[in-house]
Amino acid sequence: MTSEIKSGAPVGQSPPETIARILAGETHLFHALIRPVERAVFVMLFMLLRSESDAEDVAQETFIKVFRNLHSFRGDSKFSTWVLSITRNEGLAWLRKRASRPEEPLEPILDDSGGDYTPALLTDWREVPLEALERKELGHCLSRAILNLPPIYREVVQLRDIDELDVQETAEVLGITAGSVKVRLHRARTMLQKELVPRLKEFAPASSRWRGFFGRRV
Amino acid sequence: MKIDCRHVWDHISAYIDGDVDAVLRAEIDRHLEHCEICSAVMDSTRNVVILIADERVFEIPAGYSERLHSRLEAVLATESPG
Repeated sequence: MTSEIKSGAPVGQSPPETIARILAGETHLFHALIRPVERAVFVMLFMLLRSESDAEDVAQETFIKVFRNLHSFRGDSKFSTWVLSITRNEGLAWLRKRASRPEEPLEPILDDSGGDYTPALLTDWREVPLEALERKELGHCLSRAILNLPPIYREVVQLRDIDELDVQETAEVLGITAGSVKVRLHRARTMLQKELVPRLKEFAPASSRWRGFFGRRV
Repeated sequence: MKIDCRHVWDHISAYIDGDVDAVLRAEIDRHLEHCEICSAVMDSTRNVVILIADERVFEIPAGYSERLHSRLEAVLATESPG
């Protein structure tokens, strides 16, 4: 992956160069530095906190913390990975603080050995093109399915398939091994396929011209 | 070696990510050629992965970025980075 997450890096400078300038006093550059990760930070917090307003509040606090701790970014990992690790910690701390509200378990609730991860079996599958996302119901259907995943699977899907971090970066953010990332991602994708495929039918185009578009075997 | 359907399902995610070795990939490809069910499972899983990556799935609240940067502006104006 060449860019900071998938929304693109500030033009012309790498994050470490920009950070050096910010630390030297050009603090206004912080705005450009964080733009590529703004979205991923919000989505991560929204998935953890399940409230847009809480996610937004914690996102602001997170970026202030990032600014105040910028000197401790060592450059061993990517800036986006570092920010997402801080974001996750802030989100978990927020959840612990509001302990009076029922909170979902964050520790692994399923180990890596059990469970049935059988996909939905069907033969009449038709591809759903990206254009179908113009219908808001499709977006809601997909986001609900992701939010309903157990936490350990949801966060891997978010980092790998939504933010498009690679396996190693995902492992760094979550503090788990690359092998665990792959196992969890496989199970998460299978669970999503099983949950979504029966519902996606109504979003598939009526004609058969889409067949084979995503279906080509690489 | 011939592989069965469950064996294929175990490797769907790795297959989609291009993370299977050439021998296994060839075995899976051979299986998919004649197994309509596994073929549909593979295509539908890949389709789901493509769809959930789209930014329209999780929409950011209107004004999120503006409010964030304006809050940061106040901090940047008064503090030095740590």
